[in-house]
Amino acid sequence: MKGEEKLKRIHINTIIDAVEKLCIKANYDLGKDVIASFNKALTTEESPLGREVFARLIENAAIAHEERVPMCQDTGMTVIFVELGQDLHIEGGLLTDALNEGVRRGYEKGYLRKSVVNDPFERVNTQDNTPAIIHYDLVQGDELHITVAPKGAGSENMGAIKMCKPSDGLEGVMQFVVDTVDKAGGNPCPPIIVGVGVGGNMEKATLLAKKALTRDVGVHNPEERLAKIEEELLERINKLGIGPQGFGGVNTALAVNLEVYPTHIAMLPVAVNINCHAARHKEITLKGREE
Amino acid sequence: MAEAVRIETPLTHEKLAQLKTGDNVLISGVIYTGRDAAHKKMVEALARGEELPFDVKDQVIFFVGPTPPKPGQVIGSAGPTTSYRMDVYSPILIERGLTGMIGKGLRSEEVVAAMKKYGAVYFGAIGGSGALLAKRITAAEVIAYPELGPEAVRRLEVKDFPVMVIIDQEGNNLYEKGKAQYRRI
Repeated sequence: MKGEEKLKRIHINTIIDAVEKLCIKANYDLGKDVIASFNKALTTEESPLGREVFARLIENAAIAHEERVPMCQDTGMTVIFVELGQDLHIEGGLLTDALNEGVRRGYEKGYLRKSVVNDPFERVNTQDNTPAIIHYDLVQGDELHITVAPKGAGSENMGAIKMCKPSDGLEGVMQFVVDTVDKAGGNPCPPIIVGVGVGGNMEKATLLAKKALTRDVGVHNPEERLAKIEEELLERINKLGIGPQGFGGVNTALAVNLEVYPTHIAMLPVAVNINCHAARHKEITLKGREE
Repeated sequence: MAEAVRIETPLTHEKLAQLKTGDNVLISGVIYTGRDAAHKKMVEALARGEELPFDVKDQVIFFVGPTPPKPGQVIGSAGPTTSYRMDVYSPILIERGLTGMIGKGLRSEEVVAAMKKYGAVYFGAIGGSGALLAKRITAAEVIAYPELGPEAVRRLEVKDFPVMVIIDQEGNNLYEKGKAQYRRI
C-alpha cells in the first residue's frame, strides 16, 4: 500500500445487510444460467416424463421469483465463500460473526427453513440456520467479495471422495465421477450440476469440488484441456439414462464443473460434490470507504 | 403424458390395486407429513407400546419439511425430501397399514418387500418444486412433535396434488424401467 493512501474501512453492518439479502435472493431467484439450461433441455430431452419435469421446474422457478418464496423447501446449510482484500479494515466486530448474523436475519426475514442442528449426535435445531460454513481467502486489494451458496442435503449427501492412485490417471478419475453419479440415481434431484475437485490433498479436493459449483452452468474451466474433460464427463453422465428426477432420460446433468490443484507425487485425490437443479449462489463485491 | 388418475384419500386396498408404475396421479384429501426425526419418534413410540400420533391405516405420508409460511400462506414451500433416510422406519409403518408414501429417490429392498407383502405404493413428487407443490395444499395443521419445527407431523389437506407412481404394490420400479430405456453405456 502506498503511504499517502488512506486505509479503506468497512463496518460489519454493511456486511450483515449484504449477507441477509444474498440469502433471500439465492433462495427466491434461480440463476438465469440454470433456467436457460432447463429451456435448452426441454428441446433435447427424449423422455416425455423428463420434458414434463423441465416444464414444471421452469414454472416452479417463475412462482418462486414472482411470489418471493423459496424455490425449494430445503433452503440449505449456508455456505459462504469470502475473498477478503488484505488492505481492507473491518470495523465493529468479527467478520465471522457478521456473516452469521446476516444468515440469521436472512433466514428469519425471508421465511427460509432453519435446517441446522447444533451437534451431529445431539441434533437440536439451532433455530436460526447458523452457523454457516465459511471459507476465507485473502486476496489483493481493498474489497470484500462474498458468495452465498445455500446447499440442500439431498444432493450434498450424494457426494464422495476417493484417494485415487497416480496410476489410475485421468480415466480412473473420470470413472469415479461417473460411478458416483450413477450410484446417486434420482436421490440428488437430477438434473444435477456436478462439481469435481482433483488434486491437492483430501480437504483441498473437496473444497475445490464445492467451489466449482459456484460457477455458472455453461461456463467452462478457462483451461481448454480441463474444459474438454468437463465436456467428456457430461457426455458420459448423460448416457447413464437416469434422467430428470431419475425417471429416465438423456439429461441427468446440466453441467460438470472441474477445478484442479497441484498435488503430491503419491496422490491423486478426486472429490465429487453434486448440486441439485436448484443451484443457488449469489454474490456481491463490497467496497471499503476512506475514513 | 397419459391422463392423470385421480384418487381420494384414504388410500384403501381397492384403490391401490389400480395404481401402476409410471401413472400420473392427482391426490386429494388428507395426507400426513413426516421425515427423519418424526419417523424415529413414531417408531420409538411403537417400540414402547404407545400409540402413533395418527392411525396410519390406509394413509399416505409425505416426506417433507416445509419452509415457514409467509403471512397469508397455508404452508411454505413443500417439496419431497430424499426417501432412503426413512427406509429403516417405513416397513414398520407399512406393516401397521400405511398404504402410501410420497418422496423422491431410491428405496431399499426391505421397503419394497414390505410394500409387496402388505400392499403399499411409493409415489414420487418432483424434488425442488416446492413453490409449485405448496399451491396444491389447502390446509396444514401440526398434530404432533411441534418441537421438531419443520420436521413436526402435519395433517395436510391437498387438492389434485401431483405425483407419479414410482413403485407399485407389485414392486415394479419406474427408476429401473426409465434408466434401462435411456441407458447408452
